[in-house]
Amino acid sequence: MRVPLSWLHDFVPLEAEPRAIAEALDRLGLEVEALDAPGAEITGVKVARILEVRPHPNADKLQLCDIEFGDGTTTVVCGAPNVVNGMVVAYAPSGAMLPGGFKLEQRKIRGEVSDGMLCSSRELGLGDEHDGILPLNARTELGTDVRDVLGLHDVVFDLSVTPNRSDAMSIIGVARDLAAHFGLPLDVPDPSVDVSGDADMISVVVDAPDRAPRFTARSIGVAMGPSPEWMQRRLTLAGMRPISNVVDVTNYVMLERGQPSHAFDLDRLRGPGLVVRLANEGETLTTLDDVQRKLLPSDLLICDADRRPQAIAGIMGGAEAEVHHGTTGIVLEVAYFRPMGISMTSKRLGLRSEASARFERGVDPNGVLRASDRVVQLLTEIAGASVGPPAIDEYPKPIERERIRVRPARVAAVLGLPLDGTQVREALRPLGIEIADIATVGEDPDNFTAVAPTFRPDLTREIDIVEEVGRRIGLDSIPRTLPHTTEQGGGLTPRQRARRLVTDVMVGLGHSEAMTLPLIAEADVTRLGRTLDATVRATNALSADEPILRPAILPGLLKSVAHNASHGLADVALFELGHVFAAPPKDQLLPDERDHLAFVISGTVRRSPIEPDRPVDVYDATDALNAIVDALALGSVQTRAEDTAGFRAGRAAAIVVDDASIGTVGELDPSILDAFGATGPAVGFELDLGPLLAGSRRDQAFTGLSHYPAAAMDLAFVLDDSVPAAAVLATIRAAGGELLEDARVFDEFRSDALGAGKRSLAIAVRFRSPDRTLKDEEITKVRNACITAVAKRHGGELRS
Amino acid sequence: MDLSELDLDAARAAIAAAATADELAEVRKRFVGKKGAVGRVKESIKTLDAADRPKVGQAVNAFTAAVEEAVTAREAELGPTGPTEPSLDLTLGSHGRGRGHLHLVTQCQRELEDVFVSLGYQVAEGPEVEDDWHNFEALNFPPGHPARAMQDTLYVDLGEPEQVLLRTHTSPVQIRLMESQPPPIYAVMPGRTYRNETVDARHSAVFHQIEGLAVDRGLTFGDLAGTLETFVSAYFGKKLKSRLLPSFFPFTEPSAEFAITCVFCDGSGCRVCSNTGWIELGGCGMIDPNVFLAVGIDPEVYTGFAFGFGLERMPMLRYGVEPIKTFFDNDVRFLSRY
Repeated sequence: MRVPLSWLHDFVPLEAEPRAIAEALDRLGLEVEALDAPGAEITGVKVARILEVRPHPNADKLQLCDIEFGDGTTTVVCGAPNVVNGMVVAYAPSGAMLPGGFKLEQRKIRGEVSDGMLCSSRELGLGDEHDGILPLNARTELGTDVRDVLGLHDVVFDLSVTPNRSDAMSIIGVARDLAAHFGLPLDVPDPSVDVSGDADMISVVVDAPDRAPRFTARSIGVAMGPSPEWMQRRLTLAGMRPISNVVDVTNYVMLERGQPSHAFDLDRLRGPGLVVRLANEGETLTTLDDVQRKLLPSDLLICDADRRPQAIAGIMGGAEAEVHHGTTGIVLEVAYFRPMGISMTSKRLGLRSEASARFERGVDPNGVLRASDRVVQLLTEIAGASVGPPAIDEYPKPIERERIRVRPARVAAVLGLPLDGTQVREALRPLGIEIADIATVGEDPDNFTAVAPTFRPDLTREIDIVEEVGRRIGLDSIPRTLPHTTEQGGGLTPRQRARRLVTDVMVGLGHSEAMTLPLIAEADVTRLGRTLDATVRATNALSADEPILRPAILPGLLKSVAHNASHGLADVALFELGHVFAAPPKDQLLPDERDHLAFVISGTVRRSPIEPDRPVDVYDATDALNAIVDALALGSVQTRAEDTAGFRAGRAAAIVVDDASIGTVGELDPSILDAFGATGPAVGFELDLGPLLAGSRRDQAFTGLSHYPAAAMDLAFVLDDSVPAAAVLATIRAAGGELLEDARVFDEFRSDALGAGKRSLAIAVRFRSPDRTLKDEEITKVRNACITAVAKRHGGELRS
Repeated sequence: MDLSELDLDAARAAIAAAATADELAEVRKRFVGKKGAVGRVKESIKTLDAADRPKVGQAVNAFTAAVEEAVTAREAELGPTGPTEPSLDLTLGSHGRGRGHLHLVTQCQRELEDVFVSLGYQVAEGPEVEDDWHNFEALNFPPGHPARAMQDTLYVDLGEPEQVLLRTHTSPVQIRLMESQPPPIYAVMPGRTYRNETVDARHSAVFHQIEGLAVDRGLTFGDLAGTLETFVSAYFGKKLKSRLLPSFFPFTEPSAEFAITCVFCDGSGCRVCSNTGWIELGGCGMIDPNVFLAVGIDPEVYTGFAFGFGLERMPMLRYGVEPIKTFFDNDVRFLSRY
């Protein structure tokens, strides 16, 4: 909403500086997005008339315009399509300044000298209009400074109005708030119209009174023409383009009062009258913007007496009965439509207009007739209107003002400010809120009823009144306090702490945390060798090629690996902890949403010149996994060799927690890396974090540290390749019992002597007793127990 | 027992005669080593009467101390020993990749969580895919309400059309929390949020928010304003002021936009705050009674406040990170900078 200061002056005698007014508007909740002083940066731009438009000899889309500007003539090059002979325009000669510090200079355009330029609205800082040169009133004296003609000495407040404040979509509404804030009178004269005659010649039928609770119409004779300069200037400053006196007046009243209205060409209506009805299935209407709209029975139409659609109620008029330069009579429609219906239709058609923006917030049903009179008053002044009888007013069930019981003690309690009834009431009165029924017997004598004006449909409850008081007093003037939170201690949940721990372990290992986008492409899923079954998708994503809610994090990480590789960064180690999504479990509406942890490390582990570099291998991935398992003190996490889609055959394992598989670790399939545009080798894992965190913990009861000597020895076994090292170690641990302190593999080798499919695993074991020095025979016994167990369980043969 | 073995003069002569560190070590061993003179005398102490042992022990100790002193002195005379090992260039390289890096958004999230935990808040979470009830209706966005148009919603192909969606804010977690536990509630809710927006330098379809909720008896707008000032001051480590301007959100009333003193210029005006002295941070307000009614809390007994803002905004302000897409590209040059 663009609000020129001079227009506010019509209703409230503001004296404050524009900056102070802008600050007041901010404090009132009418956020000032910009304080425009369009003329401040403009110098030397003057009114000129186009004498002749000639083709540019070297460019199809450019023209040469000979112009006169009072004390001279010259020629400029112009690319705008709307220049015609005789048009009066804003001319910026060389040396003139335009907004943004742009200084005009004489220059050649495609071989022709242009002595300055003709200006569009945007070039003059008057909004976004840049489709053509801004036409000025043809009667303007040539050579005049355009700042005088266009009111560019004015200041415009560009307000961002929140959806609850329908009243602030008007100059008068903004003036009312400012008058209250500065303690000034608000003066809104009632429009006076001399009506004559008994009954209007037109008919009005409202078939849908629940959608159009109030509907007024009247016929008026008019003489079409341009609107006067002052009106054009205000409309331009407010961001609207002047069109004709009749259209400009309806727009002017909409801006002034927040009440849209529509003028139909009387002669182009079939039958002199209006019918308000719901659309029929399959019905169409071509709107003013020349787009054919398909309508639904939930759309409200304004039709002519023949019931042919002529407008989409409250949103946009139709092309057929649009007023034009030959119009001699109009039917003026001013109405109150239910906000919800307007909002639904406007949203569905993707058609928003200045009118729909106001109707969907809610206009004042009891201001409709005054707005109609105001339109007529202005048409009488500037369009030679001949006024007939009063408007036909269909308003079967008048909308009453809301009566809200207010407890000042409650107002004070919510705001945290000591206020009594008098202060609360005085805060409300200047907003047009009436006070009634103070002090009913049996309740707090301060209580009263606030009668809300119908131009404030947002005021229906006591809390709405609290907000108004807060706004009037200034939210910033409320003293700062702190709650006394004694009943609850703050903290993270065990799960939140565990997630932080996992993240910290990964960071400590040298891996960096990534955040990838959870919306991915179908191909990202299928490339990983997964199906799209059980995936969940967004239905209206702006980037339509990425509609899938990720079922796994790895695709996103691989894309990040590829992103880095494409920037010459092949060695990366990234992990992410985040949500993944799958189709809902039976009888549930929302997807199965889980925390996953995924990790990818790619390229080379750089250790040169201290040690040789080496490519990443699967142990980089299992190391990270083991570190997490250790940090979480998990008791039963294993890896079990298992080929899995996305991973290289023979180099992947299932991650098993308490016998349930929760993910995969291994080397990523080179062909899949290729498909993602990443270069290998790359290894990693992805696991379901919930069951990992819930896994059984290892026994951490402290049993004291033995002071007795250890017996360390190496055992080497020849085993089948298929026997995992972890299984052999587990067997040794079981057989060693409480005497076994540690066992780890320190060597693996294969040879012809061992035979195909066999390998040797050398294992370092350490025995120690908690309560004595082990005797040689004890050591031999436990050593033999280990050897026997490995032989029995795995067929492992001790190498001599 | 042969105390004559502890011949200090002989020892001193031998020490003086030692020409190299190795020779000196040999001499030292011969006199005070386990298998040297001292060792042998110590062995024989066991055979003495208990009454004689202290005297012999003292003699051994005195002899040992004197020999060690002479050895140390001779060592100093001989100077640095043997061929020196080459020194290592400790700046040559490293064994690994060093530490990794927490994502900047996580760093910011943790810092904020920790501030609120210290104020007695819990940290709550909820699903990213939500139903219309939790994301809109319970938060006092009736169907067709123009406020719904303030947030471009991404819908999901589940249930009735437009019933399931990607949450447009973290506020549905407020509803889930109030549905699941009675007041008092003090919680912050960080998380990922989605908007069907055109992506530009400062807007992303995916971003993060952190939301605060307090529900208790007697909470006031003053408590909200005070809480905001306290947490921003704790986060930025200096006393900051808050500015609250009236605004509109369906789920709070009164509602406000909150700004804080610009942390870069302390309010005197700079490029970051566009010379206003203030940095816009987010929205806040008192919980609307309709929200309490939706979750079965009596608005006559309890009042509450809520506030929320974008998590990416903090590091964008602090380090000037732009465009916002940078947070999600995971370029290691970005990740390893923080």
